[in-house]
Amino acid sequence: MNNLQFDFTVDKSTNSVCIVKEFDAELPLVWDAFTKPEILDQWWAPKPLTSKTKKMDFIVGGRRFYAMIVPDGQEHWGIQDFTSISPKTNFKWVSYFADKDENINTELPSSNWDLNFSEQAGKTKVSIVIKHKTLADIEMLIQMGFKEGFTMTLNFLAELLTQKVN
Amino acid sequence: MRIYLQPIGFINANRQMRRDIFQAIADPTRRAIIVLIALQAMTPNAIADNFNTTRQAVSKHLRILTECEIVKQEQKGREIFYSLEIDKMKEIDKWVEQFRNIWETKFNQLDNLLSTIKSKKNEQFAI
Repeated sequence: MNNLQFDFTVDKSTNSVCIVKEFDAELPLVWDAFTKPEILDQWWAPKPLTSKTKKMDFIVGGRRFYAMIVPDGQEHWGIQDFTSISPKTNFKWVSYFADKDENINTELPSSNWDLNFSEQAGKTKVSIVIKHKTLADIEMLIQMGFKEGFTMTLNFLAELLTQKVN
Repeated sequence: MRIYLQPIGFINANRQMRRDIFQAIADPTRRAIIVLIALQAMTPNAIADNFNTTRQAVSKHLRILTECEIVKQEQKGREIFYSLEIDKMKEIDKWVEQFRNIWETKFNQLDNLLSTIKSKKNEQFAI
């Protein structure tokens, strides 16, 4: 049984999405999973999407430039600019949507990510706060994520229906 | 204005349940139409250009989507534009809780990955 903590809340008063997740692993390993591209790419994209990090320079002022790839091959590019790093404790980035040539899409909302790591009795808790400029931005991202997830769900559903029919 | 766009069966919708949102997504062409108009309002002709079926077939799908109240129509000049009724779509959102699920999926993947890495490390120590 998986009884590790997982909370997901939207705080409308601070335009923030708050996520708390506990992992059954020691802190250095979880820290690596969030900060090393070769591990990140194995879990960052929810299946059936895949993640591909084109470059990542994990230093203050550095950048991760990556794509989320949908099953039909379409690539959605994103940028994370690292603004603060306290090793094994906290790091922050600003998130942008981009095109394949690493140009930031200024029409889509950016967001500020703040990740805190702490360990207790061999379990590591990660608290993520994603702060947006306006509530409308959250709505937009939820709708976009919603659309993405919705399309995925539709495909799963279609698969399920096919299996049932055959 | 909106009230005029509601299908006639709307008033009895709760009792009759003639069309619901899951009927809207039951057909692959309708799913494709939903994805098409999610980002921008489109005319029936522009929508039909994306499919190999007849315009009549596309307009039949649009009628069903309208009856499911998942799309709304807006008259601009002589053209009718169809767009997605996001609030209605949220009914499915509630059903699947997908936004949370995306994170849940990601974290499940990470949980599995961490346990794989951990057991590999233990193997190394055992040797």
